Amino acid sequence: MRGRTHPVEAVAAWLLALIWLAPLAYAFWSALHPAAYATSFSLSAPWTFENFARAWRQAPFARYYLNTVVLVTLILVGQLILSTLAAYAFARFKFRGSGIAFALVLLQLMIMPDVLIVENYRAIARLGLLDTIPAIALPYLASAFGIFLLRQTFKSVPQELVEAARVEGAGPLGILWRVYVPLARPTYVAFGLVSVSYHWNNFLWPLIVTNSVEARPLTVGLAVFGAPETGVDWSVITAATVMTMAPLLIAFLLFQRQFVQSFMRAGIR
Amino acid sequence: MADRRHLAGSRMTDHAASSPIVSRRAGSQAWWNAVNAWLLLLPAAVLLIAFTHFPILATIRHSLFITRRNGTEAFVGLDSYRAMAADPIFWKALGNNFWFALGTIPTSIALALVMAVWVNRNMRGRGFLRLAYFTPTVLPMIAVANVWLFFYTPDYGLLDQLRGLFGLAGWNWLGDPSTVMGCLIVMVIWKEAGFFMIFYLAALQQLSPDLEEAASIEGASRWYTFRRITFPLLMPTTLFVVINAVINSFKLVDHLVIMTKGGPNNASTLLLYYIYEVAFTFQDSSYAATLTVVLLTLLSGIALLKFGYLDRRIHYQ
Repeated sequence: MRGRTHPVEAVAAWLLALIWLAPLAYAFWSALHPAAYATSFSLSAPWTFENFARAWRQAPFARYYLNTVVLVTLILVGQLILSTLAAYAFARFKFRGSGIAFALVLLQLMIMPDVLIVENYRAIARLGLLDTIPAIALPYLASAFGIFLLRQTFKSVPQELVEAARVEGAGPLGILWRVYVPLARPTYVAFGLVSVSYHWNNFLWPLIVTNSVEARPLTVGLAVFGAPETGVDWSVITAATVMTMAPLLIAFLLFQRQFVQSFMRAGIR
Repeated sequence: MADRRHLAGSRMTDHAASSPIVSRRAGSQAWWNAVNAWLLLLPAAVLLIAFTHFPILATIRHSLFITRRNGTEAFVGLDSYRAMAADPIFWKALGNNFWFALGTIPTSIALALVMAVWVNRNMRGRGFLRLAYFTPTVLPMIAVANVWLFFYTPDYGLLDQLRGLFGLAGWNWLGDPSTVMGCLIVMVIWKEAGFFMIFYLAALQQLSPDLEEAASIEGASRWYTFRRITFPLLMPTTLFVVINAVINSFKLVDHLVIMTKGGPNNASTLLLYYIYEVAFTFQDSSYAATLTVVLLTLLSGIALLKFGYLDRRIHYQ
């Protein structure tokens, strides 16, 4: 907003932006051209969708897409419900042990399920859920981050509105549903975008607990597909890579402002 | 706003609701509140205990036991820890984590700050700049690793093709212990700088324009204004970003799975990746538990530093 920019700075800013976009631009170039043009950039290079077609034929990407969509939806819905209830408990009720309980929740902000892979694998195995989509989702369903964000938002809900709803005869859950949830919509959007991006991209845990086409999300499918031993063409692998990131990338390009603001809101805690 | 939220978050104990539900019978009110609250908490609590708290305790327990061939467990005390202390790969992984953090964090934070300052300016095409800087953040690490893997491929890869233009011979970037870490660091900086940028951007937008104006009326140069006014005011953001970056640096291992598998000769392995290998490739879950204890200790240390010391220092000085 403020300050005038020196031309040298403007050039530097643009240069950095181009460098930052280069790897992505390169992925698109390689995916959309025949393998012969993977490293020779010529304006006359013919464009083709053949790499995408081949990737789609050679691995069950349709299934991987479905798995990822189911996974991300399952996690998001679970997180929203559980975080809403828990955040409501912390924001609205005064009860013994709430301080300790909240501190125990916050512990998960530091020690995330991502680092507890060894024991969580045992737990999932004991539950007999190995190689299923719920196995990937379970450790993430209770989100300290979601509880924390929503609690902050719920605490700022005006008491007059709560009182008004009570006078109209709403019980605790009615108040939550009619007063708190609608007022927290921006927080839900922010949390939702961050959660979806995180779990769309998550890799290590799904790699560990899945072992079949039926359960694998896109990221794991991509890693299996692109493994050097498979001997698949480089251009086909980039096409698969582009397919993996395309949905999020398109969503980001369409709702850029929303994304940036959500990550901002979510990050500042 | 940034500071206020940050501050609210730091006061972990300030939990009590400002207005408890008023009940006609005051005696049963507290009891009724507690029942309601715990019922609301129950689903999240069960899952948190099952997949965070219990695993933490189980990790510690398993690090003190070994599993025999017949499946029974035997208490071995600190034997696994002694074995760990004598394990050169463990020390290598820990050292790599340190260099990885040192290589990625200061540079990506400096870049993030510069990016934020630029995007915050009234510059032509700032929407595009913000888009360009932020885009790597929304991409899956595994996809990023795939693309960069090709840059670093010997001879055929983009980097060696560029070198070829200058008559330089090919180089096995990821296959050589002297270059592998640097290559991964550059990639991670690219991936993370835009993410940190938005925190600086948020902070810059909260700063009063009067400060900068006053400084310019006083004749201060832009660099001086930045160094003496803007940067110090951004200190809370910087510390916040540093903490997040350090935590992230322990979690970021996805790329190793397809780029290097920790090699060559463990030159690029990181603690979490080593845990993954020990647990799922070598099938030694008690040693993996021992290594996990080290990781948990490090993360708890950062947590204590954050909640116990830094938050207070930044905001109440």
